[in-house]
Amino acid sequence: MKSLQDLEKKINSELTTKINSTEIKHNQIYVETDKEDIVDVAIFLKTNQDTKFRQLIDITVVDYPEQNQRFEVVYLFLSHEFNQRLIVKYSIAENEVIPSLTSIFPSANWMEREVFDMYGVSFKDHPDLRRILTDYGFEGHPLRKDFPLTGHSEVRYSEDQKKVISEPVKLEQNYRNFDYESPWEGTKYIKEEIENNDKKN
Amino acid sequence: MTKKIKNLNLNFGPQHPAAHGVLRLILELDGEVVEKADPHIGLLHRGTEKLIENKTYMQAVPYFDRLDYVAPMNQEHAFALAVEKILKIDVPIRAQYIRVIFCEIGRILSHILNVTTQALDVGALTPSLWGFEERETLMTFYERASGSRLHANYFRAGGVHQDLPKGLEEDIAKFCETFPKIINDLESLLTDNRIFKQRNVDIGVVTKEDALDYSFSGVMIRGSGIPWDLRKSQPYDCYESLDFKIPVGKNGDCYDRYLCRIEEMKESVLIIKQCLSKMEKGPIKSLDGKISPPPKAEIKQSMEALIHHFKLFTEGYRVPKDEIYTAVEAPKGEFGVYLISDGSSKPYKCKIRAPGFSHLQSMDYLIKGHMLADVPAVLGSLDIVFGEVDR
Repeated sequence: MKSLQDLEKKINSELTTKINSTEIKHNQIYVETDKEDIVDVAIFLKTNQDTKFRQLIDITVVDYPEQNQRFEVVYLFLSHEFNQRLIVKYSIAENEVIPSLTSIFPSANWMEREVFDMYGVSFKDHPDLRRILTDYGFEGHPLRKDFPLTGHSEVRYSEDQKKVISEPVKLEQNYRNFDYESPWEGTKYIKEEIENNDKKN
Repeated sequence: MTKKIKNLNLNFGPQHPAAHGVLRLILELDGEVVEKADPHIGLLHRGTEKLIENKTYMQAVPYFDRLDYVAPMNQEHAFALAVEKILKIDVPIRAQYIRVIFCEIGRILSHILNVTTQALDVGALTPSLWGFEERETLMTFYERASGSRLHANYFRAGGVHQDLPKGLEEDIAKFCETFPKIINDLESLLTDNRIFKQRNVDIGVVTKEDALDYSFSGVMIRGSGIPWDLRKSQPYDCYESLDFKIPVGKNGDCYDRYLCRIEEMKESVLIIKQCLSKMEKGPIKSLDGKISPPPKAEIKQSMEALIHHFKLFTEGYRVPKDEIYTAVEAPKGEFGVYLISDGSSKPYKCKIRAPGFSHLQSMDYLIKGHMLADVPAVLGSLDIVFGEVDR
């Protein structure tokens, strides 16, 4: 499709119920769908003559621990022919297994392994779902928001045992997270007062 | 009598000089023919994305230098563009030219390293000695602009950190005059070299279809004949106003990719020349005091500047809630940043899309059926740097 607006219409008319919402911003289309429909959506995007999203750029997950549907899975597509980018998203709960796109896009293989490694999201029908970036024998999923920045274990060479050993992290000082109250925006009660005054006027 | 023959498993790396870093490649060999390749990566994983989530936007920039450490500023560029688009701030024209100049210098840095070390892997020693001398000159340009040869930390959202020092523009211009001769010298050593051609022609062939399926970008996709370059197709900064060509390969083999890189270096020199001639004096970063720190001299005089300085270097600037994917044409391919901001001064999420990651993934497909000796040639031509693959 020539323009993003046309593409948005096309996607909405062709995929109808498989799509929850679409939005155009930053010159890209953001599409929300469901776990069950992602495979159909991906096949449509790849094969349809008017979309031709031939390349899967990346797969990633965003972690919102306070939400019921904790993880948001994000797929980035690129169409060389029409020079357009498209982002497909859907939310899942923790421990949900999601379909793999490896049979449609071979490049999804490592991307899904990375998601599995970093977030612990499992994929159905993935040919080779192993950890990819973390160390052999690593435990936990580092990019989850509840995984501490320092990690749980550290590795060092033990002079006594003459080998590399792994032991729990010992911190000389706790990790400090500074929260800067911004005087630019004013403290909360002043802010509310200003807003109320604005409304009255 | 029948004898059972078992395939041989061979560990290539993680300390093999031709593995271009810390790659552990497990090869299954049938005689000398590779049946299967399983790259084990992550030996250089530093958790960049996790660290960025815990740093302010300004503190996140230096982490990008450490991804593809061969062309540091190209990565910073992607991040700076992402933040600028969310903040909706304009970049002064001089800053755009400076950024493009240094991105192209980064491209030359990366391509010299790749072309010459790939040649080294297949048996040519001299190109790397000649090429690295030029890299040294280029890195002094980096140093003069940013203060360090490699980890520049130079680009900012809204421009660059500081203006170019006196005389640097002239010296870069001088380099642009002398460098094409060096490229010709390198070419005279390699392009028609019988051994180099024997090792590269028809090795690691990628078809157009597979280049798309395996998410290739950059030289890997252009070598296969797809004219796709983000500088042309989705121009950012001042690339639109510059005149340059996109070299495209024909056969998609290692040799074509080598030729593309050589031609790209020549184009980069032309781009730098154009930028230097078009560049005028002017501001080099956004004039918005809420985003760009004030000059040091002003802090001594102005109370407001002092407050701005203090706030920017403690809390940092806040970025409104939004999400965006921005990509730049890094020397190795499409380098992208998927940034989610939540209104605070730290990114909520920053996914880094490294071109090398998808390129290395295809190693099994590329090397199947080739000889063991072709592994370094193919690996070299993929242009892998582990900083960005492992992140």
